[in-house]
Amino acid sequence: MLWGHKLKDSGVIGLNERNANYITALNSRRLYPRVDNKRLTKSLAAAAGMAVPELYAVAESQGDVRGLPETLAQHKSFVVKPASGSGGDGILVIDGRYGGNYRLINGELMPESALLHHTSNIVSGQFSLTGQPDIALIEYRVQFDSVFDEISYRGVPDIRIIVYRGYPVMAMVRLPTRQSDGKANLHQGAVGAGVDLATGLTMSASSGNLRVRDHPDTLTPIAGHQVPHWGRILDIAATGYEVSGLGYLGVDIVIDKDLGPLMLEMNARPGLNIQIANDAGLKPRFAVIDAVLKDGAADNEPEARARASVELMQPFSPR
Amino acid sequence: MTLRYVQGLALVCALLGFSVFFYKQAVLGLPLTEDASRSAWTIEASLRFEARPGPIKAALRVPALTPGFATLSENSVAGGYGYDIGYEDGGRRAQWAVRRASGEQRLYYRVVVYGDPSIEEADTTPPFPDPPNLTEPERTAALELVEEVRQQSADAASLVSALLRRVNDPTPDENVALLFEGRRGGTRRMSMLIDLLAYARVPARSVRGLLLKDEQRNAPIATYLEIHDGVEWLFFDPSSGSQGLPDNFFAWSRGLETLATVQGGSGLELNFAVRRSQLDSLDVATNRAEQRGSLLMTFSLFSLPIQTQAVYSVLLMIPIGALVMVLLRNFVGVQTFGTFMPVLIALAFRETDLLAGVILFTLLTGLGLAIRFLLERLRLLLVPRLTAVLIIVVLLMLSISVIAHQLGLETGLSVALFPMVIIAMTIERMSVIWEERGAQDAMKAGAGSLLVAALAYLVMGIDALEYLFFTFPELLLVILAFVLLCGRYSGYRLSELRRFGVLSRKDS
Ligand SMILES: Nc1ncnc2c1ncn2[C@@H]1O[C@H](COP(=O)(O)OP(=O)(O)O)[C@@H](O)[C@H]1O
Ligand SMILES: [Mg+2]
Repeated sequence: MLWGHKLKDSGVIGLNERNANYITALNSRRLYPRVDNKRLTKSLAAAAGMAVPELYAVAESQGDVRGLPETLAQHKSFVVKPASGSGGDGILVIDGRYGGNYRLINGELMPESALLHHTSNIVSGQFSLTGQPDIALIEYRVQFDSVFDEISYRGVPDIRIIVYRGYPVMAMVRLPTRQSDGKANLHQGAVGAGVDLATGLTMSASSGNLRVRDHPDTLTPIAGHQVPHWGRILDIAATGYEVSGLGYLGVDIVIDKDLGPLMLEMNARPGLNIQIANDAGLKPRFAVIDAVLKDGAADNEPEARARASVELMQPFSPR
Repeated sequence: MTLRYVQGLALVCALLGFSVFFYKQAVLGLPLTEDASRSAWTIEASLRFEARPGPIKAALRVPALTPGFATLSENSVAGGYGYDIGYEDGGRRAQWAVRRASGEQRLYYRVVVYGDPSIEEADTTPPFPDPPNLTEPERTAALELVEEVRQQSADAASLVSALLRRVNDPTPDENVALLFEGRRGGTRRMSMLIDLLAYARVPARSVRGLLLKDEQRNAPIATYLEIHDGVEWLFFDPSSGSQGLPDNFFAWSRGLETLATVQGGSGLELNFAVRRSQLDSLDVATNRAEQRGSLLMTFSLFSLPIQTQAVYSVLLMIPIGALVMVLLRNFVGVQTFGTFMPVLIALAFRETDLLAGVILFTLLTGLGLAIRFLLERLRLLLVPRLTAVLIIVVLLMLSISVIAHQLGLETGLSVALFPMVIIAMTIERMSVIWEERGAQDAMKAGAGSLLVAALAYLVMGIDALEYLFFTFPELLLVILAFVLLCGRYSGYRLSELRRFGVLSRKDS
């Protein structure tokens, strides 16, 4: 440690420490495909009884792409996404039909031929960074719950939970802003709001590296909103450990109006901004879990771990 | 656990690196900096004579024991002559031979020496000399003189001083006058001195040598008296009686025999020329290593052809550039494209120099980026897209060169030295970041890369470092050790102090 003693006191984990002490130690590279390949994630998650958006169809080859219209005809809305994409690249969210065209959520219309062309581009690897041929997934379009409408601008808020050795330890909601162009990406200007792990109530919030009180577009105070289905959300997050095998994991969850919380994706290298959103460092929380696991009191059931976490994280609650 | 292991490994690497470094530096004497050079003298003895019919044999006494000096090299230039060096009692001798020759002959013997105080008279203790066979009345005079001198002295050194005082007295007593009648100088006087000392049981011999000065075309030979006091050899100036050798006296040979002889030739002339030169200390160390039979220098980079050496002196700096990179990325938190891209860019700067490099690089990437975005609309697959960018980069380089040349800017030409693959990759990565995380991030990473490249370039350009690592490549092990430790550094990056600043201002 060369500098940052004050930071260390608040238990903040930096990139070096995350990489050197957590990712290399807890996340075996062998397991990365489980979270980097969305199709594999989905099938593993479904097998573990985790709620995920239903998979309608898969296009593995150009031949599959030609057969797609039949499947698509059965669904009013759906999402097309590359299995190994990232950063939202190549994702089309179709929310209905207008005439012979598909309608995107921003109101734009897309002829079927264009949609198929896009899908075939996905298959040929256009959106995978390595340029490898990819797979296109057609899945259920999540009907977002309106709970966060007051504190988000358009877009879709999602919930990020850090799961440490199977125990949820920290959570935040990512709220899209005008600046982030409706995307729930902190990098692009979305607001991150810490969520009290014990209650599911939103707390402090941050935008970039700064602390904020109100949503920049709706001007509503961010703190004090209840995230619905909090218990189930924690269960899903804890199950992420069984599904991925990763000891240091980020689980992204969205809330569907009808189906409740659904796991959207998991991340083997979750970012560190969640600490700013929560106004707290991750390290003391990891220490609590490490202590519990040393006593050999590990819970094999994800639900049991989720409940244990609520207890264990109590000391870190704001009140 | 792993941390211990890494630390242990780093320690082993560092120790290994440092010990080889230390051995080469302290024991072999490899200089730490390039200009730590000393004076070297090239001494050239030339023999000149007229050839007579028939075989010719020439001989020259050459240096053997040279207190205060070490020999770097010796060789002979003598066209057509067979040459070899042999030992005879009292020293070494160079010999030349040829079956027949005609006209004036010139034979050269050249030796390069440098001052080295560690070299002492490493000679065996000589036996007490037998009493010489002088005839009467010299014998009586000699015995009397020696007896008187012995009365006035305490040890060998003071005995020699007293004797020389008596001999050099401008009004000599009758014993001295008798003994040195007709021997006022040269070999015969020296021979008589040695005989007198033999009566006193003091081993003595004559040593001839040169006073090394900057540039001498015809260096005079100086003769000293060398005596052994039972412990070490001492030197006396026979004409002044003073003890000790002047600085820069190079002992050429011992004994009274003539320095050069020739058979089958006439009119022999011997001439010494001295030239001073800057001595590359590396040569000295290499020489010393050879003398010690150390393999280290045999397997050093200096044994490679000069051209290959030049390549390696650049290659060895790449790890240093990479080290700068590690420091800036993991300790400061500068964002860059790719892992080694900035180091490669820094290498490219070596061809252009920094300012021109930065300008050209920015220009090329900027233009390339603009065109890359036009290509983006075409929705190409990765490999063809990269290839297209590469082709465009080459075209851009071409046009920049041509335009700069038309404008009379010669640095524009050096753009051709930029590795285009590096530029194409930079453009590609930059545009990917641009799309995924926005222009701001792309610019940040671009500026970061350029900053790291510039710093790496500056560090890699430090001549002293280049010399150090070329001479002591084992220091790379030390760098390796440091990088291993960096690999386990889990503290904050400087940039994170700002990023997480709100968290540290909290007073809890
Ligand atoms: N099934 C879906 N229904 C509705 N929106 C979705 C769906 N899948 C993805 N999205 C939208 O796309 C964004 C990125 O999706 P995600 O699965 O996280 O892919 P990525 O790995 O590219 O980030 C989500 O934040 C969400 O806004
Ligand atoms: Mg995502």
